[in-house]
Amino acid sequence: MAKKILVFGEQRGGALKKSVLEIIGLAQSISGGGSVDVVTMGEGIGSVGEALAATGASVHVADDASLAQPSPEAYVAQIDAAVQAVQPDVVLFTASAMGRDLAPRVAARMGAGFISECISLDANGDGFAAKKSMYGGKVFATVESKAGAKLVATVKPGAHKAAEAAGGGAVNAMAVAAPSSLGAKVTSVQQQATDRPDLAEADVIVAGGRGLKEAENFKLIEEVATPLGAALGASRAIVDAGWVPHHYQVGQTGISVSPKLYIAIGISGAIQHLAGMRQSGCIVAINKDAEAPIFKVADYGLVGDAFEIAPLLAKELEKACS
Amino acid sequence: MKIAVLIKQVPSSEAKIRVGGDGRSIDTDGVEYVVNPYDEFAMEAALQAKEKFGGEVVVFGLGGDKVEESLRQCLALGADQAVVLRDAAFQGSDSLGVARILAAAVKGAEPNLVFCGKVGIDRDDAAVGVMVAELLGMPHVSVVTELEWTDESHCKVGREIEGGSETLEVTLPAVLTANKGLNEPRYASLKGIMMAKKKPMEVKDAAALGIDASTVGSGAALTNVVKMEPPAERTAGKMIQGDAAQMVQELVRVLKDEAKVL
Ligand SMILES: Cc1cc2nc3c(=O)[nH]c(=O)nc-3n(C[C@H](O)[C@H](O)[C@H](O)COP(=O)(O)OP(=O)(O)OC[C@H]3O[C@@H](n4cnc5c(N)ncnc54)[C@H](O)[C@@H]3O)c2cc1C
Ligand SMILES: Nc1ncnc2c1ncn2[C@@H]1O[C@H](COP(=O)(O)O)[C@@H](O)[C@H]1O
Repeated sequence: MAKKILVFGEQRGGALKKSVLEIIGLAQSISGGGSVDVVTMGEGIGSVGEALAATGASVHVADDASLAQPSPEAYVAQIDAAVQAVQPDVVLFTASAMGRDLAPRVAARMGAGFISECISLDANGDGFAAKKSMYGGKVFATVESKAGAKLVATVKPGAHKAAEAAGGGAVNAMAVAAPSSLGAKVTSVQQQATDRPDLAEADVIVAGGRGLKEAENFKLIEEVATPLGAALGASRAIVDAGWVPHHYQVGQTGISVSPKLYIAIGISGAIQHLAGMRQSGCIVAINKDAEAPIFKVADYGLVGDAFEIAPLLAKELEKACS
Repeated sequence: MKIAVLIKQVPSSEAKIRVGGDGRSIDTDGVEYVVNPYDEFAMEAALQAKEKFGGEVVVFGLGGDKVEESLRQCLALGADQAVVLRDAAFQGSDSLGVARILAAAVKGAEPNLVFCGKVGIDRDDAAVGVMVAELLGMPHVSVVTELEWTDESHCKVGREIEGGSETLEVTLPAVLTANKGLNEPRYASLKGIMMAKKKPMEVKDAAALGIDASTVGSGAALTNVVKMEPPAERTAGKMIQGDAAQMVQELVRVLKDEAKVL
């Protein structure tokens, strides 16, 4: 069955979110000869519209000062206007802070089914079928939408091939649909300058735990991560201790990750931690306790002192990765 | 201030989760159920707001036989009233069905503020709080890690985004979904536990909520779990031997040559 698909073209400050191109790639691969439209909004986002149109999708752009900052009230009204125009079978979002914030609201407004954090999504006759992790990674579920029912879904980044520039998509300007006053309004955005990748999307993660003994020793993790271009992760124990921010936490009540390489240093491997990282491609564990449960899931285990091993590893990786 | 808190009961994060005999749900045998950890932050935020401005905290729970237990714990923490939502017609609801039931119940209480958790750690949906906001026509902020009151109807909240955070100004009424980091949930006192026994706990069904039963439950569900599988088994791999320098060299070699991840 041919599907009409609408993708939310997330951008911040005029920069298109990279994973949107993956979602468009996914949409193109499952539309079955239907159509792929993209709706994007913000202020001064002409180049975002063009980048999206380069994929061949029809792009609906709302460019206005009132849309400069993301707002569920304003953005959902705008997405809804696109939904009315396109009448899609499914609306897709990236499973990002913004996508997660908007998608359930769009589903409720449309009276549509909702599936979050899809690892895969496919057409399934008159409906869709998705795979997602549940119980923080302790099981994987196949979720189907009812035949003929509309669906809204958020899709995890990193699992699909980005759409290639095929060209030829039209860019249509949209009228602003946002309400004039907002009950919740962004007043400031704080971005930490970092050249490390985002934990949820990273190919390589180096994570530290209580075995590091003290907050300042987390720099050992950074030293191992730098030559790998890796994201930084942490166990809950050291997040709770205030050594690192909350968004570093990997696990059932943190971020579930599945990088190609996960290096755990001084982490015991509690069930909640394992749930969030056991889907990683290759797991390396460094721990001084040979009985630590992390070794039960590790592809490569090193029993030893992190304070000795981590600096040597950082040096060796610098050589290997330069 | 009238504050509603939505409380979900979920398997404890420590629970081993096994797929049940039907292959599409979990085996609940021996699984301990607890208040969803994120709802504890929601509950604490509600109690702090009540302490600041006075008023009332009402907790709502929809689910199986043991929801009362979770709601009773919230009464012991300091909630004033609990409402259990139960009807055969509610069974098998998807997120939107659950949100419709909760929205109908919350609407009746006319709160200025609704607190939920950011996600239930059972199905990892992160849907219901935001959907309730839409159904009630209220603004929402999801994944809130900071909350500072300006006055009784305005607050400043912070939420995490990729690589940073956003600060928002919120005018009540509103729905806030709580993340870890928002506060340190308190423990119930002995006195609280004793007092909870006398606090009101009401059970409401579809008729009491004025819900059209055809809009909720399995018949109205637009999504369905058709299969559950355990994650791929991982077996312990290779223990690398030697002194620290030898182990590190061998590790880098195998990451390059065997695992091919460098
Ligand atoms: C509701 C709930 C939710 C939770 N969610 C999460 C979650 O999402 N993510 C999470 O991670 N945890 C979570 N936890 C916590 C989890 O149960 C563990 O407490 C936590 O993961 C332990 O962190 P850790 O491995 O850093 O610390 P520990 O368990 O204390 O382990 C430290 C490890 O370091 C090793 N070590 C010590 N010194 C050295 C050294 N010099 N060199 C090398 N190794 C050394 C030790 O052998 C030990 O194995 C949750 C708990 C609860 C109750
Ligand atoms: N059955 C329920 N009863 C009460 N509150 C719920 C229920 N389901 C979800 N919620 C609320 O909505 C939040 C998000 O849940 P979910 O959408 O299931 O991930 C939870 O943290 C609760 O605050």
